[in-house]
Amino acid sequence: MTSTILLQVVVGGLLMGLIYALVAAGLSLIFGLMDVVNFAHGELLMLAMYATFVVWLATGVDPLLLLIPVALAMFALGVAIYHLLMARALSVRFNRGMVQIFVTFGLAILLRGAAQFTFGSDFKSVSTSLLAGRTMDLAGVFVPLPQLAAGVVSLLAFGLLLLISRTEFGRALEATREDREAVALIGIDRDRIFALGWGLGAAAVGIAGVMLATFYYVSPSVGANFALIAYVTVALGGFGSLFGALVAGLLIGQVEALTALLIEPSLKQVGMFAIYLAVLMFRPRGLFGTL
Amino acid sequence: METSITRRRRHELIIGAVLLLALAVLPLPIHDVYTRNLIIITVLFAGLAQAWNILGGYCGQISLSHALYFGVGAYVSTLLLTRLGIPPTLGMFAGGALGGLMALLVGWPCFRLSGHYYAIATVVVGEIGYLLFLNWDWIGGATGINIPYVRSVGDSWLWLQFRIDKLPYHYAALAFASVAWLVAWLIEGSRWGFVWRAVKDDPVAARSLAVRIFPSKMAAAAISGALTGIGGAIYAQYVGYIDPDSVLYGQLSILIPLPAVLGGVGTLWGPLVGAAVLIPLSELTRSYLGGSGSGVDLMIYGALIVVVALARPQGLASLIGVRVRAPAGADDAAAA
Amino acid sequence: MPPLLEVDNVSKSFGGVAANVDISFDVHDGEILGLIGPNGAGKTSLFNAISGEVVPDAGEIRLAGRRISGLPPEQCSLLGIARTFQVVRSFDSMTVLENVMVGAYARLSRTRPAMARALETLEFTGLAARADTPAHSLTPAEKRRLEVARALATEPRLLLLDEMLTGLTPVEAAAGVQLIRDVRARGITVMMVEHVMEVLLPLVDRAVVLDLGRVLTIGVPTEVVRNPDVIRAYLGDRYAAA
Repeated sequence: MTSTILLQVVVGGLLMGLIYALVAAGLSLIFGLMDVVNFAHGELLMLAMYATFVVWLATGVDPLLLLIPVALAMFALGVAIYHLLMARALSVRFNRGMVQIFVTFGLAILLRGAAQFTFGSDFKSVSTSLLAGRTMDLAGVFVPLPQLAAGVVSLLAFGLLLLISRTEFGRALEATREDREAVALIGIDRDRIFALGWGLGAAAVGIAGVMLATFYYVSPSVGANFALIAYVTVALGGFGSLFGALVAGLLIGQVEALTALLIEPSLKQVGMFAIYLAVLMFRPRGLFGTL
Repeated sequence: METSITRRRRHELIIGAVLLLALAVLPLPIHDVYTRNLIIITVLFAGLAQAWNILGGYCGQISLSHALYFGVGAYVSTLLLTRLGIPPTLGMFAGGALGGLMALLVGWPCFRLSGHYYAIATVVVGEIGYLLFLNWDWIGGATGINIPYVRSVGDSWLWLQFRIDKLPYHYAALAFASVAWLVAWLIEGSRWGFVWRAVKDDPVAARSLAVRIFPSKMAAAAISGALTGIGGAIYAQYVGYIDPDSVLYGQLSILIPLPAVLGGVGTLWGPLVGAAVLIPLSELTRSYLGGSGSGVDLMIYGALIVVVALARPQGLASLIGVRVRAPAGADDAAAA
Repeated sequence: MPPLLEVDNVSKSFGGVAANVDISFDVHDGEILGLIGPNGAGKTSLFNAISGEVVPDAGEIRLAGRRISGLPPEQCSLLGIARTFQVVRSFDSMTVLENVMVGAYARLSRTRPAMARALETLEFTGLAARADTPAHSLTPAEKRRLEVARALATEPRLLLLDEMLTGLTPVEAAAGVQLIRDVRARGITVMMVEHVMEVLLPLVDRAVVLDLGRVLTIGVPTEVVRNPDVIRAYLGDRYAAA
């Protein structure tokens, strides 16, 4: 195994890791706000990918140009999910924790069924795009352009999220996370913050979905794989920490790539799971978790 | 000494016995294979949901890795049969033992995690189990194992194989579900039952009353895992074939608790009511609407879960007058 | 014979704020000891140290000669320390009887004996009629009483009462005082934090006064109430001079 191959794998892992980080960021945002693990997060990713595919198929527009429209649509969807479902789930008087888990789980099944109903369960893919099939040669390492673009966009989106977290909205988000009850006293409309949080979380995963659609297959079950990795990434980075999601995403991306290379491709997920569990034993709240 | 508690428990036993009798005779007039299968699966899942309920409902640990214990039970019992010729009626207890052991191994590091961290850790553990079994060629890997029909013995209870008439499987499943129910009933009236509810309501007060939380969680895990393992073994014998995609897959870990959660978590009748409603519904929608993967069955199932969870968070069992937990607010494993 | 409880130079700080500084006193077997002081004096913090919720930074606490500081609450409870909480912590999803049974289970593992002890404790504390009432629908006074019953069911040697009588009507408070006397008559030593002086001082044998984390004075009620430092701590300098 040459150093070039190793470097290749590392770069690949880095780029995937950025995508994982973005998906995880959305999840972390939602959890951090209201103690809800969104078990439908993978399905949101799947929806964004299908949306990209459908528009591309119908209009031939390059997926890269669909980034903003899909992100906005996902934002609206996130807000809608909050108002229609999660607001009710939050105000439930019994078994609140379990209700939240299983409501989002039910939503996941519903969305998956809807996708299956609308598109069938065969794999689809976006075959023509500005960057499809092209690679770039970086000092001997061949980097596929779609993946590179995905990584870059993810990083930018992450930066955007971090920026937002520094604005007043971001600080309101943080305050609501720290003390759900007290923020009402300082005039923060909890409901609006939660809805916006859901919107942002969905938009983040939407961006990841658009980029993924340029090089990954689209199917009703594609969300499930990424979802699991997202949960692990968030838990590893620590719920509520954007920075943690980034670090954990990069780490997971590397571990996955290296495990596939050095041990066995079909076991690549075991590597990241093992790391995750190992970290949890010493830091039950993840690497940077504050909750 | 007669109290409202002893009175209620006596009533529960009577109702349970009547229900058992009803379920024992239920399949007798039914000869349609499909319906009989539906009943068996429903009863089995009622038992599995009840087994989960012991850890997830009564003890409050939302474990999403129960497919692992189910699968381990199925595999252990099956391997003992195919490799060592041990009859499954004995092998199932080994399956249960290993299921319980796995639950202990998972519980020991994970119980210190709170709420959502715990839930996700269990999901990950279940997934690891699935991947390991999938790649483990010695036990069949992705190909799975066909459970042989031991011709020399024929239909037999010892070997838990019935080819001509599948009715005995119903009684095996019913026995399993009854044991799970009985264990839940015993626990509810025991020190653990009281102590776990106390910890869920107010862990600080519970500690001040000498409640040691960790050992009892481990006990709950062991019992829950063992029962689930036995259920897996019975399932293996019934369907005749096991592979990671049928007994260890992640969604199974959600499907097992689902009847308990929607029926009424932490109650005696919740898992039964939940199974009675959910399993037939999912099977029927899948058969009539889900053919050729149309996804309609999933949409209905998913919508149903959402609606029930939101409309009746205390569980469907409350609709038939089952005592539910008061709105304590502290009953919120996720907020731990 | 060592005293039942020895608090020996106990200090505890939380994030730089000193809650208890060098606290030392003894609790004699069978007495009712009052722990008083203005808000922020460190009373509940001290209770938490005794019952094991908190580990002192310095010093030692001994129960019948045996060191208990540093032991977790579960163990302190088994060794004979029971407590109520300033803000009532009842098990709201359970009935009164079930709440008390949780206490009884501390020493009895089988249900029949635990139920018997719980019923007997309910009789003793006057809650027998409410046995099947869900705890969340009790009146505040009844909830306090429930906490006491639950604590008593653990068969303690020392009962810590944290503001059990605060906020009660005079009738309820009188009943509470009687209950405390009955508890002592059963041979249980009582240590109580209280604000309501008129109720506390006639009840206790001795009082420990805390102020700003330190022990101000220890003595019988009549002495304590006349102590100028005590008056100053509670009411300010104006009254001390008087």
